[in-house]
This record gives sequence, structure tokens and C-alpha cells, in this order.
Amino acid sequence: MEWLIQILNSVQYGLLLFLVASGLTLIFGIMGVINLAHGSFYMIGAYLAFSLAELTGSLWTALPLGIVLAFALGLVLEILLISRLYRRDHLYQVLLTFGLILVFEEMRSILVGDDVHGVAIPALLDASLPLTENLSYPVYRLFISAVCLVLAALMYFTIQKTRLGMMVRAGASNAEMTQALGINIRWIHALVFAAGVALAVFAGMIAAPVSSVFPGMGNQVLIICFVIVVIGGIGSLKGALIASLLIGFVDTFGKVLLPELAGVAVYLLMAIVLLFRPAGLYGRP
Amino acid sequence: MTSRRKFVQQVAALGTLSAASAIAPSLARAQAAKLRVGLMLPYTGTYAALGTAITQGFNIAVEENGGKLGGRDIEYFTVDDESEPAKATDNANRLVQRDKVDVLVGTVHSGVVMAMVKIARDSGTLLIIPNAGANAATGSQCAPNIFRTSFSNWQPAHPMGKVMYDKGHRKVVTLTWKYGAGEESVESFKEAFTKLGGSIVKEMYLPFPNVEFQAFITEIASLKPDAVFVFFAGGGAIKFTKDYAAAGLKDKIPLYGSGFLTDGTLEAQGASAQGLLTTLHYGDGIENPKNKQFRYAYGKKYGIQADVYAVQGYDAALLLGSGLTAVKGSFGDKKSLYGALEKVKIDSPRGAWTMSRAHNPIQDIYLRRVEGNANQVIGVAWKALEDPARGCKLGA
Repeated sequence: MEWLIQILNSVQYGLLLFLVASGLTLIFGIMGVINLAHGSFYMIGAYLAFSLAELTGSLWTALPLGIVLAFALGLVLEILLISRLYRRDHLYQVLLTFGLILVFEEMRSILVGDDVHGVAIPALLDASLPLTENLSYPVYRLFISAVCLVLAALMYFTIQKTRLGMMVRAGASNAEMTQALGINIRWIHALVFAAGVALAVFAGMIAAPVSSVFPGMGNQVLIICFVIVVIGGIGSLKGALIASLLIGFVDTFGKVLLPELAGVAVYLLMAIVLLFRPAGLYGRP
Repeated sequence: MTSRRKFVQQVAALGTLSAASAIAPSLARAQAAKLRVGLMLPYTGTYAALGTAITQGFNIAVEENGGKLGGRDIEYFTVDDESEPAKATDNANRLVQRDKVDVLVGTVHSGVVMAMVKIARDSGTLLIIPNAGANAATGSQCAPNIFRTSFSNWQPAHPMGKVMYDKGHRKVVTLTWKYGAGEESVESFKEAFTKLGGSIVKEMYLPFPNVEFQAFITEIASLKPDAVFVFFAGGGAIKFTKDYAAAGLKDKIPLYGSGFLTDGTLEAQGASAQGLLTTLHYGDGIENPKNKQFRYAYGKKYGIQADVYAVQGYDAALLLGSGLTAVKGSFGDKKSLYGALEKVKIDSPRGAWTMSRAHNPIQDIYLRRVEGNANQVIGVAWKALEDPARGCKLGA
């Protein structure tokens, strides 16, 4: 029984990781932009959940509000800053987005302060399912997993099956040719970037009740996100999903079976994958 | 931001200096030079709130003293250490070498403080540690010029071994981050608990600052120990108590911890922390006039409740003030200054304490229970607890 629950833990953690990493791999894969500020967007999401839930009285009203705000923030950032760097070297993108991390952290400190906060689980989902005689599983965690699965399906459908998705994919493989065919690539890029930001903010908001809200939380997430993107193959959503689940398993079982190695287990996994598939599981070499 | 703050301070200091010398040059010259205090604390990053509380506590004590310590006016040199060990040596050197501070006060993070300890040992500058609990700072690395006004990691956790044994718990699981403060706390708890006859079923560690606890919670549920002892702080503490309660374990396998588990985090922890027992050298509802006076002054000036970090900062200034007063404000005779600092009895909001031979507080550790948003003190878990200061040859 214990092992079954550990498998549940692994899947649940993996899906949550996918939710955060998907936005990063989207921006990286389609636009070729290395976005170090991705963790900050996750942090902003968590703080938005905290402030908006306090303002509106419920996480359910805070969620759509937060997503709209995040999308707007993404658009503004893309138009004002990111769009100027497409033709430049990756180093400029790293510098700019690293600067954004500092700006966002300082703004968080000024606006909300440096205290740690918690966000209440919505009353509807604030329950636990008994699994063994003394252990129960919080319903909200299962809810997060379900949301992640729905979102993964939705993203797959949008990118593979819709006209918009086709334009996005075309823009990713050859931006100039796509533009020559009469598609406004600037608009597509702005949209993709904003969607990536909204995904990270959404992940931060929905995870806030279980992760709590604290300064520096974005940086923790950023590193694991990059590991996922690298293992999965840059730009591949399917790769990101599989990599997230793999990391969920390695991390959970690493902690139980090889506690001495728990800190390096996920990095070992990355090294092994890269040894055999230098472009990641689903990356194009 | 820090450099701007510092710039403003220096300009202000220059302004007062030149004004004073213009009006009464002889008087200015006759006065002793200002006491140069270097504050090296985190003002940004995870521990920013702690650095601010320590600074504010320090300020309250200085204000009570009419803006002076040991009869001398003070000039502050402030550095934001960002809780970043990689920058610690440079930051501390800047204060010691460039700003030529008389005394170095800092810091929160144990890794950063060990760099400061090294520089204090090399340069002979007086160092007062207002938080970081690394055992070595007043253990194997102790020195005549290094003093601590907070605690050693060994201290708050040790009494919990006795408390849990007295509650009838015999088999215990421990869980903490695999880093200095966590390991030293668990080690100290274990020492006290096993000495009495209790046994540790399993010691669990996760990498710092990982907060994915679910795997451990599942394991705890299947091991079914009598109780669990943890060391977590800040965001990790909140997440752990919430996860533990959500897994339904809170009422089945009692959770205990060193006081940081519930300090400054109660509002966010909500119901998940109610009733938890922790041990620490401070708490809510300590009845002594000093505590009342301090909390009133702190609340009035800063609009928030004083916490354990504010008390440690306050005591750092008290220590420095009374030590300097004993030697008439002079750093000339280091030996008598250190001697005075060693003999000081600090009338602290946490209750009076004295210095151990290794320069760490000999203090009462309280047993606290979480009630609402307060860590209510319900008794003294260990009276006048002294850190064993292993490896320290001072005064031995």
C-alpha cells in the first residue's frame, strides 16, 4: 500500500512540475527565448493568489482575474522588451530576463513585504480521502493533478489541431517564410509569450494553497523547470510531460530509497538522459 | 538600494560633522570619535524580514540609551549580505578593512556567519552574532572577540528530547533539511532523547530548500512512530505543518519541533499549527517588566509585534552598550573590554541571561504551545541551558 501511495505522490508531483515547466518550454521552443524570469512569474502567481484571494474573498474569483492580469503583463513585456531581442544572441536574453528577476523580487518586497504567507484551500475542496488507517490524501492535490491533465490535453489540442496552433508551429520552424505568407508573426510571438507567462502565473496561483507563499520561491522552481525542459527536449510539450513525470518518480523514490542521493538524483537523471540523447528525449538534434 | 541608503547615511553624517565643527570646532575635537558599528545583515532575499527585525531591535536599545552606546555617538555602516555565503567574505572585509568598523554585528545565515567568524578571528575585530546558530561559532571556532546574543543550534532543540520523553513518547522519527541548522538541531534532540532511553526509528533528510514532503509523510504514516520531531523554518515550516495536517497525521502522530517551526509563520499556518508544542528561548506571554517595556516600545515605533529576532538584535546592542560602559567607551584595552563583555548580565525581554565561557547565552528554553496566532509560553523546558561548546578552549 505504501508503494502505491508513493506512486500517487510521484505522479501528482510530476504533473505539478509539468504545469510550471510547460510555459517555459513553449517560450523556449517556439520563440527561442531563454526566459530566466519564468520562476518569477510563478512567484508572482503565488503572491497574486494570496492578495487577490484576500481582496475578493475566494480563490475561484482570484484565478480568472490573475490569468487576465498575467496575460496582460506578458503582452506588455513582450512588446516593450522581449521583442527587441529576437535577433540578438541568447546572452542578451539571459541578461534581460535575469534583470527582470531582480526587478520582480524587489517589487514584491516593496508591494507585499518579505513575510511568508499561506493561502486557504477553497472550502469546496478542503477535504481528505482516507487511504490507510492513519494516512489520508488531500482532495485539493488530486484536483491539481486533474487540472494539469486537462491543461496538457488542451495545449496539445490547440497546438496540433487548430488553425492558431498551425500558425504557431509554422512560426517556430520558419518565421520569415510564415510572415511572407501573410501571417502576422509579431502578433503570434506576443501571444505565445503571454500564454507562457499566464501558464506560469496560473501554476503559481493554483499551487499556492499547498506550497505556501514566500520570497525566493520562484528561484527554486526555475532550476527544476530548466532540468525538465532539457530532459524533455527543448520545445517539446510531450517531452516536458514525460520528463516531469520522470522527475516526479526519481525525486519521490530517491527520497525514500536513497536519501543520501536525494539531492542529486534528478541531476543524475538529467546527465544519464543527455549521455544517450544529447538533444533530450523528444528534442530535434 | 543598500548602497544608496549608505550613501545617504554618509552624506548625513558628513553634514552633521561639518556643521558641528563650524559652530564649535573645539567642542567637536574634544568629543570622542564616533563608535563605528558595521551591520551586516540580510535586507533582501529569504531572510529579509529577519534582518530588518534585528536592526529594529538594535535601534530600540540604542534609543533607550539616548542614541549612544557606552557614552559614544554611533555611526552605522550597513551592508546587505543577501544571505549569500559566496559574497560573505567580501562583504565582511569591506566593513572591516575599508570602513574600519569597531564592531561587526551579523548575521542570520549560518554559512555567512562562518565567513564573518573567520574574518573576525584574522582581524581581531569584535563580532556580535545576533542570530545565526552554527554551533562552531561558539564551539570549535570560538574566539575571545566573538560573542553571540541568540542561541546555538544545539540549544533550542535539546530540551525537546526531555519534553517528548516525559510525554511518554519512546519511538520517534526525525525529519529536517540536510544542512547545518537542521542537522545540528536533530543531533542535539537525539542526544537528549536517546540519553533518557528513547529511540530514533528513522532519521529523514531532504535537500535544502526542497519543500516536497509528500514522500516522507507517506513513510511516516507507515512507520507509525509515537511522535515526530522536525526542524523547519519559514516557507518550509508552513508547507510542512499544512501537508502534515492535510494528510490527517496531526491528531494521530503528534508533531514537535524546535521553535522556528511556528515562529513568524502562524498566520499562514492557520489551523495546521494549532496546539503544536515547540521549544525556543523566547515566546509570547513572558511576564517580566523588560519584555513589556520592549514590546510596547517596539510596537509603538514599528507598528508590528516584536519577535525573537528583534529581541536578539536588542540584546546585541545591550551587550555592546554595557560592555563599552564598563571600559568607558574605549576599545584601547581589548582585554578588559572582552572581560567586561564576558561578565555582563543581560536583562533581556526573554529573561536575564549570562555569557557562557564560549560567549554564547546561558538561557532558559521555554516550552510553547500554539494558541491562535501566539506561541504561548506554558513553562520552562530547561532552566539556564548552556551549550556544551565542544572544541572550544576558551575559559577551560
